[in-house]
Amino acid sequence: MNPAQPTSKEMGAAQSTAVVAKRPRGSNLVARWPKTLLLAALVASFVLWWFSNHINPYYADILIKIGINIILAVSLNLINGYTGQFSLGHAGFMSVGAYTSAAVTMFVAPSLIGATPSTALTVACFVLALYVGGLVAAVAGILVGAPSLRLKGDYLAIVTLGFGEIIRVIFRNIPKLGGALGLNGIPPYTNLFWVFGTAAICTYVVLALVHSTYGRGFIAVQDDEVAAEAMGINTTRYKIVAFVIGAFFAGIAGGLYGHYTLSIDPKGFDFMRSIEIVVMVILGGMGNTTGVIFAAILLTLLPEWLRTFEQYRMILYSFLLVVLMLTRPQGLFAWRRKTKPILAA
Amino acid sequence: MASQNETNSRGMSATLLNLEHCTIRFGGLTAVSDLNVRIGENELVGLIGPNGAGKTTVFNLVTGVYEPTEGRIQFSGEDIVGEAPFEITKRGIARTFQNIRLFPSLSVYDNVRAAFRLHIKHGVVQAMWRGGGFVAEEQGIEGQVMEMLDIFKLGKFRDVPAKSLPYGDQRRLEIVRALATRPKLLLLDEPAAGMNPTEKVDLMKLIRFIEEKYRISVLLVEHDMQVVMGICRRIIVLDHGVQIAEGTPEQVRANPKVIEAYLGQ
Repeated sequence: MNPAQPTSKEMGAAQSTAVVAKRPRGSNLVARWPKTLLLAALVASFVLWWFSNHINPYYADILIKIGINIILAVSLNLINGYTGQFSLGHAGFMSVGAYTSAAVTMFVAPSLIGATPSTALTVACFVLALYVGGLVAAVAGILVGAPSLRLKGDYLAIVTLGFGEIIRVIFRNIPKLGGALGLNGIPPYTNLFWVFGTAAICTYVVLALVHSTYGRGFIAVQDDEVAAEAMGINTTRYKIVAFVIGAFFAGIAGGLYGHYTLSIDPKGFDFMRSIEIVVMVILGGMGNTTGVIFAAILLTLLPEWLRTFEQYRMILYSFLLVVLMLTRPQGLFAWRRKTKPILAA
Repeated sequence: MASQNETNSRGMSATLLNLEHCTIRFGGLTAVSDLNVRIGENELVGLIGPNGAGKTTVFNLVTGVYEPTEGRIQFSGEDIVGEAPFEITKRGIARTFQNIRLFPSLSVYDNVRAAFRLHIKHGVVQAMWRGGGFVAEEQGIEGQVMEMLDIFKLGKFRDVPAKSLPYGDQRRLEIVRALATRPKLLLLDEPAAGMNPTEKVDLMKLIRFIEEKYRISVLLVEHDMQVVMGICRRIIVLDHGVQIAEGTPEQVRANPKVIEAYLGQ
């Protein structure tokens, strides 16, 4: 590009450029054709659903669980991985979405669309219910986020954990929502298309957001809050945005979960469920969406593979987790975050 | 830009930053006491003093990390006390840190890009939609970031994580990042710390270059006398939170109070 003769200094620069890895960060496939990939993923999930009759029901069941876990893990990754706010309340947001959307389809929808609605109306109602569930979860995200984001690290983790438990106790004490017995008779609307379509949208949203000048702020907040603030980044606002978007998708995942299992109870959204999602994020590598997706798949499959070991299954599962964390502490799929050497030896 | 109102009747430039009777106490300790500082446009001022004199505290007061117990701080004629650090940065004050605070996991390029936050039009929705305006803006930012990196000879490190840069380059990157917020006043907190004599000479050239190219004011906190005396036309000396001297390098060097503060009686 430079028409001038390269000086020896420039030659040196060119040489060390060769040592530095060439690939600019974020210029991967996802960053270059985000919308095309989203469309492809949506079509793929539609095809998957079209042929779902030919899929063994056991496998279909696992696929649905994988899809829901991907949504949960990818959305939590925005909060925990990119923004660095350790939240243990994801199952809480999920339960808010699950109960809200179930309430919409069970109590509100019949009066709106009648007892024997057409398919199109049912679908519209389901989508509406999912969105309402997501939005209510997002509001919960603001309510939890705004006051508690002044806290850091362990303290934030404890507050979000407390939120998750409070939500659980609240649902257990609302008779209309089934109380401790749980809510039964949720209509079976969830299918492979909805689950993987949402997973695709969730992944797209998180990636599109992070791969922008605006979104670099999330990582800046994680890296150094004081410096981020000094560079004109409103750190509180970023944290709340992360919480709201994360909670929104957790709420939708909850809605999908409820309309798949057809019965939800407060126990299903306890502290252990939150931990499960956090483990997926950590194992996938904090702030590495590809890794987190793989970890969500792996950690959903692992308990299934281990079924042959019967009563030792969960012991082995925990043991494998320990081994994985010891051998890959930076995350299973942390190729990119690796520090690249700058200067030739 | 700044040169338009460069001089008033007294031959001094228009006031940019003005600290009036600023005092800050931490419990019983008075870190800065009744400090009056005035910095004009396109001026390079040095703030020196022995260890614990309160130099960094002054920075933290100006950038909103601390609020003064008494006194007021004005920037471009407006009160800024009580504003959050990011709001003060928005007004046009950028800083570097004594112990470098880059975004370690972000690349060199993204470190500078993150500092463009104040000047972008897109937000969450545009970043998701990725329309034409968003793409054009991102390309514009890429061009500006690369131009800055090239000016400061960091272009070749574009995709390297900031944490793995050599020390001197990290210092330089921190200055570039601060400049990316397009400040009117740049606060440099001990930029020469840990540098060898050659690097210090380069740093002095760099600071002069910034002052001339970007036409901004610089307030420099520094331990290193060679650097401060070499580039600042005006120097303020602090000791135990109190201003003990102010003037040209020659005046300050000859001031018995300054000699006493640095060397003891």
